[in-house]
Amino acid sequence: MNRLSGVAQRWVVLVVAVGVWELVTRAARSGDTSISFFFPPPSEIAGAAGRLWFSSAFGDHIVPGVSRMLGGWALAGVIGVALGVLLGRSRGAMAYLGAVFNFLRSIPPPLLVPFFVASVGATSMQLPTIVFGAIWPVLLNTVDGARSVDATKVDTARVFRLSRSQWLVGVVLPSALPKVFAGLRLSLSISLILMVISELVGSANGIGNQLVLAQRDYEPADMWAWIVLLGVLGYLFNTLLLAFERRALAWQPRHSLEAQAIATGG
Amino acid sequence: MNMLEVDGVGHTYQGKDGAYTAIDGLSFTVGMGELVCVVGPSGCGKSTLLRSIAGLLRPSRGTVSLHGNRVDGVPSDLSVVFQDYSRSLFPWLSVTRNVEFPLRRLSRSERSTRAGEALDAVGLGGAGKKYPWQLSGGMQQRVAIARALAYRPALLLMDEPFASVDAQTRFELEDLLLRVRREQDTTVLLVTHDIDESVYLGDRVLVLSKSPACVVADLDVPLGSSRDQITTRASEQFVELRARVAGMLQGGPVTVR
Repeated sequence: MNRLSGVAQRWVVLVVAVGVWELVTRAARSGDTSISFFFPPPSEIAGAAGRLWFSSAFGDHIVPGVSRMLGGWALAGVIGVALGVLLGRSRGAMAYLGAVFNFLRSIPPPLLVPFFVASVGATSMQLPTIVFGAIWPVLLNTVDGARSVDATKVDTARVFRLSRSQWLVGVVLPSALPKVFAGLRLSLSISLILMVISELVGSANGIGNQLVLAQRDYEPADMWAWIVLLGVLGYLFNTLLLAFERRALAWQPRHSLEAQAIATGG
Repeated sequence: MNMLEVDGVGHTYQGKDGAYTAIDGLSFTVGMGELVCVVGPSGCGKSTLLRSIAGLLRPSRGTVSLHGNRVDGVPSDLSVVFQDYSRSLFPWLSVTRNVEFPLRRLSRSERSTRAGEALDAVGLGGAGKKYPWQLSGGMQQRVAIARALAYRPALLLMDEPFASVDAQTRFELEDLLLRVRREQDTTVLLVTHDIDESVYLGDRVLVLSKSPACVVADLDVPLGSSRDQITTRASEQFVELRARVAGMLQGGPVTVR
């Protein structure tokens, strides 16, 4: 019963908002304005979604789009964590690279799309765009986490004469893990954004590609269906990552985990 | 036979505002199976001394030898229990895994046997699956002691090991240490700023001066091997010894035997 009311509490605002939206847009239909054309009732959007998401577009566009996003994110994650652990524990590296990294991170990633279109080509620039944009939060958070290993743990590791790999994988990485996850969550939402943006330009398939086509065909219900899909995907992946994070950080006392989720906007 | 020989050890830190000598001309020995307490005023360089012995710090002057071998880097048969147990333990590993962690070179079965024995010895046989944060401070320090014992060190260094627990727990841990070193015949060098603790635990007490620290006195503690928190601490010998140590720490008349 408690669980049920919790679910109800979480979704009630959304359900009411969609209901109101339905009523307002249906009422506006009689007014016959362009507004009613661009804001179709949710029921029509749902119809378009049912038609588009589960058609051949699933294999032709949704799967390629999601693969790009997850592939780019995973690649950024692996490179970012590995590089971050090494750089974070190296004595002088960040003194030299810190400014460069902060400069590169400050470039709004979508602005790199024209560059990648020109250099890599419009059909294959999606992955590098996502990797380049998504790597910074993971990398910089991992560096931060790896640096924060306290002096007592450093001494403990030295006293027990840990090997370098034992030290990096067994001590530094777990110490950095809470920050790594904060970075991974940021990177995940950046990956979703860059997936769509990079597909809007020149891509032969993908969710962004379909969004542009629907716009050109003046199919507002279709456009909305793709937009809703992006929201659903973002929500779904974030929830999955959060569940995974809870398991991986189960060793942390509960309160500190929650405090961290709040602090990082998770 | 001497387990540890410290000969003329001194260390000077080079800081931005000039050089600072923490310890100077420290010489003493620790025999095999002995429990020696080093007591000194806070900030006198006790930690610098301990880090030099552990090989975590290369002292500017003098030499440290562990069973005849000069210490240059952390020796393989030395273990340290730090004051800050919450930082010294790995919070992402269970109690058992924490104790097993430094034993990577052993086989899996040998690791778990040793960890089990060490945890039994500190009275935590049933807590192996818990995480450190689920235990009280005193129990966490027991885990750290178990981890150090499972490593089977020739010399166990302890850096103010009971300074961060409440008085009742401190008494329990002191008796635990006395029992365990008796059972396992471990050589222990324990650094503390607590005069009573140094006399209660030690076979010998080394009294250090203010910084730069040198050895002011090397006192035998003839209290026998079975000690008791109530009767030992009330005994005339104990009271007399602690008064002598206290007097020396306050810079009173020094009588070196």
